[in-house]
Amino acid sequence: MLLSVKDLRVKYGNIEAVHGISFEVEEGEIVTLIGANGAGKTTTLMTISGLIPPAGGNIIYDGQDLLQHPAHKIVEMGISHVPEGRRIFGNLTIEENLRLAAYARTDKEQIHKDLQRVYEIFPRLGERKKQLGDTLSGGEQQMLAVGRALMTRGRLMLLDEPSMGLAPILVREIFEILREINQQGTTILLVEQNARMALKLAGRGYVLETGNIVLEGTSEELLANPNVRRAYLGG
Amino acid sequence: MSMAFFFQQLLNAVQLGSIYALIALGYTLVYGVLLLINFAHGDIFMAGAFIGYFVATFLVGHGVGWPWGFILTLLFSMAFTAMLGVGIERVAYRPLRTAPRLSVVVTALGVGLLLEHITLGALGASRRNLPPLLPETWKQPVEISILGENLNFTWLKVLIIVISLLLMIILQIIVRRTKAGMAMRAISYDKFAVPLMGVPVDRIIALTFILGSSLAAAAGVMYAVQYPVIEPYMGLLVGWQAFIAAVVGGIGDIRGAMVGGFILGFVQIFVVALGQFPALSFLSSTYRDLVAYALLLIILVVRPTGIFGVARRQKV
Ligand SMILES: Nc1ncnc2c1ncn2[C@@H]1O[C@H](COP(=O)(O)OP(=O)(O)OP(=O)(O)O)[C@@H](O)[C@H]1O
Ligand SMILES: [Mg+2]
Repeated sequence: MLLSVKDLRVKYGNIEAVHGISFEVEEGEIVTLIGANGAGKTTTLMTISGLIPPAGGNIIYDGQDLLQHPAHKIVEMGISHVPEGRRIFGNLTIEENLRLAAYARTDKEQIHKDLQRVYEIFPRLGERKKQLGDTLSGGEQQMLAVGRALMTRGRLMLLDEPSMGLAPILVREIFEILREINQQGTTILLVEQNARMALKLAGRGYVLETGNIVLEGTSEELLANPNVRRAYLGG
Repeated sequence: MSMAFFFQQLLNAVQLGSIYALIALGYTLVYGVLLLINFAHGDIFMAGAFIGYFVATFLVGHGVGWPWGFILTLLFSMAFTAMLGVGIERVAYRPLRTAPRLSVVVTALGVGLLLEHITLGALGASRRNLPPLLPETWKQPVEISILGENLNFTWLKVLIIVISLLLMIILQIIVRRTKAGMAMRAISYDKFAVPLMGVPVDRIIALTFILGSSLAAAAGVMYAVQYPVIEPYMGLLVGWQAFIAAVVGGIGDIRGAMVGGFILGFVQIFVVALGQFPALSFLSSTYRDLVAYALLLIILVVRPTGIFGVARRQKV
């Protein structure tokens, strides 16, 4: 098991946002976590990345207890996180954003190769290397956010709503690239409100409702489930 | 105004401005990464001067003279003061990372007072002079003739300007061209996402304090060479002035701190200089700071975020 989350509870002040959830991700999988606004999806990912300390439970990645490590170490250990809202550094250029994501790495040549790979995957980024993050369109920013995650060379990529605010055609493009990245060996945990797209890409999924996992199953099962259809797939 | 007079005042202004700029950079760097006005920074400048004093006394006592005495004093003072700055961050500011802004500001003021009074208690209030680190002739005016004009300058002023500019260039290279500098800029934009890039934020913040404190130390040593009064409260006025320079330039912006420092130097020097003309005699040195600050306030009224500052977007 690459990632195993057990009885995870997360509190903001006195309010518990995640009430003891458990789920697992195997090496090579694409797993999706779907749920409505405020379900606790972002909170869960941020806790895995070490940005929020949990109130209880365990997170084991590759046999190691993640709760023992600060966020920047967790990145080094192989977890890359494309945060909600992209969080591009607007005062850095595209290339600086990408290089920053390779901060913990020392393999200069491989960094250069990965940079070229990102530019190959997203030619639009390659054409705008020197452009400041602030001046990019939403779609370009999302590409850059995925590109950054590639630069950290994670084994496990956490993605928080990569489809947010993008035109359908761009969403398809990004999801296609996620599929390729996965085929090249990166495990993916995808958080989405766009349940249909997410379940088409993922092999398995979990449904999160106000801090609890209420359903889990293969994508086919979830797509066929009447409750899921009603709540997340528009009937 | 004669050419010679103007040139001389220009040199004075650039020299004073470089010292303000070096200190202002420390305010701006720390503000950039922590959104904290480090009110203890003027006292870090004072500490730099004192550390310089002890290093210089030791070196001169052991027969180390120009130029190594000066260079080593500068470097050791920068190194020790950097440690002091990092120590203050570690002990006083880091535990308050998530505390309300006001608590941190009060803490910074407290740290400043602490530094002043530790120095006062340990070393007394008497003013000290740096032992001679430079040949005496460096402080004496030299006359050169350019285009038929006789221009006066001292090598000391030239030295201070050159060292300051050199330090500012090195800082620019660190901030613009290195990975750590990139991380510093990223933190100033969005602190939340920086750890997700694998950046150890605490170490970058420590680096920021190293840079800011060592620049203040360099300013302290050079200030003490130029104006030989080292005492526990020397950082108060100079610190405030540099802070104002940083705000005028746009706090958080590195170019802003430099430009603000030079503007303040120019205004102060030229207000006094102009006062020497009979028609402008009301501009005596008594009014130097009044006029200087009034001008700076005007700049801030026109551009509230400072010359290079941009309104910060509110971050969650
Ligand atoms: N910083 C915070 N302080 C207090 N409460 C928070 C904070 N962040 C999130 N919450 C609360 O925690 C709950 C889960 O929020 P979270 O952002 O994880 O939801 P989400 O599933 O990602 O929603 P969305 O789809 O809208 O992004 C919500 O009730 C939210 O109001
Ligand atoms: Mg969310």
